[in-house]
Amino acid sequence: MADLLLQVVQGLSLGAVYAGLALALVLVHRFTGIVNFAQGELAMLSTYVAWQLLDAGMPFWAAFPVTLAVSVAGGMLVERLVIRRVEGGGELTLVAVTVGLLIFVNAAAGLVWSFAVRSFPNPFPTALGFGSAQSGFSALGVLGVVAVVMLALHVLFRHTGAGLVMRAVVADPVSARLAGIRVGRVLGLGWGLAAGVGAVAGVLVAPLLFLEPNMMGGVLVYALAAAVLGGFRDPVVTVAAGLGLGVAATLAGTYVEFVGADLKVAVPLLVIVTALLLPRRAAETAGQR
Amino acid sequence: MNIAEQTGRRRLAVGREAGDRRRVWPWPRVTLAALAAVACAAPFLLTPYRVFQLTMILVYGIALLGLNLVVGQSGQISLGHGAFLAVGAYTSAVATGPLGLPYPVVLPLSALLSFGLGLALGLPALRLRGAYLAVVTLAIAVVVPPVIKRFGAVTGGSMGLSASVPSAPPWSGLADDQWLYLLVLAVAAAALAAARNLLASRSGRALAAIRENPAAAEVLGVRIAAHRTLVFAWSAMYAGVAGTLYAWVVGFVSPDSFTVTLSIVLLAAAVVGGPDSPAGPLLGAVFLTFVPAAAQGAGDAAPGLVAGLVIVIVVCAAPAGLAGLLRMAAGAVARRLGRE
Repeated sequence: MADLLLQVVQGLSLGAVYAGLALALVLVHRFTGIVNFAQGELAMLSTYVAWQLLDAGMPFWAAFPVTLAVSVAGGMLVERLVIRRVEGGGELTLVAVTVGLLIFVNAAAGLVWSFAVRSFPNPFPTALGFGSAQSGFSALGVLGVVAVVMLALHVLFRHTGAGLVMRAVVADPVSARLAGIRVGRVLGLGWGLAAGVGAVAGVLVAPLLFLEPNMMGGVLVYALAAAVLGGFRDPVVTVAAGLGLGVAATLAGTYVEFVGADLKVAVPLLVIVTALLLPRRAAETAGQR
Repeated sequence: MNIAEQTGRRRLAVGREAGDRRRVWPWPRVTLAALAAVACAAPFLLTPYRVFQLTMILVYGIALLGLNLVVGQSGQISLGHGAFLAVGAYTSAVATGPLGLPYPVVLPLSALLSFGLGLALGLPALRLRGAYLAVVTLAIAVVVPPVIKRFGAVTGGSMGLSASVPSAPPWSGLADDQWLYLLVLAVAAAALAAARNLLASRSGRALAAIRENPAAAEVLGVRIAAHRTLVFAWSAMYAGVAGTLYAWVVGFVSPDSFTVTLSIVLLAAAVVGGPDSPAGPLLGAVFLTFVPAAAQGAGDAAPGLVAGLVIVIVVCAAPAGLAGLLRMAAGAVARRLGRE
């Protein structure tokens, strides 16, 4: 029983990370209508920035906000330099560009930091007690951070002037432009925000998975599954789906002998396919966007 | 309704939107015959390593020809064609190895298997558009290597399987690599002819109608879901055949040959080559074979850096791909010649 509880807690902390990256995917999709296949790689890059800062001797909770700021700026830069040139293009153009970014960012990280696997410090207290209590604290920390991010986004969108402007652009870009809003800038900010949220996910997952250029490949599949369940628009369903996926995959990996550690990644595939085949809702949003 | 239509931003075109289909090159048959002659003569003029490279180009070309059916003709996006290559390659390795089947049987067998699998996996494509199909197929591509490792008793697990290479029959007097090249060339020619026929058929015209205007096509009685699923299955079959040929050429299959990166790079090569052009797959295959090999000398990361950059630049600057550039160049040459 204690073992089951431990697995659920571990699943929740992984799930919170999936939820974070899924939230970034939803943000980008709501702002620019793009499914950003490079979101995971951007998060990986942010994690390397954090690692570099920590390596230079910065304390974790000082390096964290700096990483976030760098990531937001990086996201805006990517939007300005690459995405704006293809915005509104066909689906193939958009997918091809983000896939190109994925390949490029992955290789760039390998060039700068090499493909060697590094360990990443766990920011939460781990020295307390025995096994289950230890991962309990870590999981609580991860969940707490993701909850804070969600709350911050909610406050931003619902209770600030900047959030109002963003919602206006998402709702109707033409009218927003006519009302004097710089639509391009706001879309850039959307990419920046998404990169920031992705950076949180990357920094949180790094202690669990180790740091290497390919670390986000698997996470991206889970995040895509969670985002699909949320129809690429509903943040609450998306986060719930991310948490559920984390628990489901961990439990399946531990208790279903056939699945094991290797085939865990098949869980999000099954979820995606069933989600898209069973209810019409997700499929409809796919068509209409 | 997307943002570009509302804000009137520059809209980039990929594929057929990028140019009209009027014939820009007045001598297609002569050119094709010359190309065929060069292709047949090549193995007797080049070193074995170059012949191997050419064979790989043809293998990837067949896979890209299939991918173009989905991407260029049906307007859908697959990030999972590496999975079908894996199916074809492992079918060949298992069938010729432990099962001891002869080569001529293996090719149709793996074509049939991958067609069936494509039909089954294409069923989600009934309802999915653009990015959603990409998401599903990406997940499939991620799952395939672990599945191969899981069934290690059949597939050899992460160690891989060595596949036997078809050897040249004694009467031909050819070296093995030359025989293999000609074999692959014949399959590629058949594949190209089949793709042309498919697109000229009722089904091909239905696909064009669906791509240009799904609602209008449906009103005219075109069954969108059936046609999309079928073309996905055809496309999977091409990839499966390419996988079988891959196993013959390389002589070894392992899960690491069919990672998600292969699928991603295949789509990238299709886009770079030009998804809606008969020359696209060949140019994409050249990109796929030579760019990583040329960049390899500059370190582990160089192939990815170069490939990623090329993809982004091509999509931004030359949306019809390398084939589109070739078309423009051919048009310019033909006009100049015509004027004289």
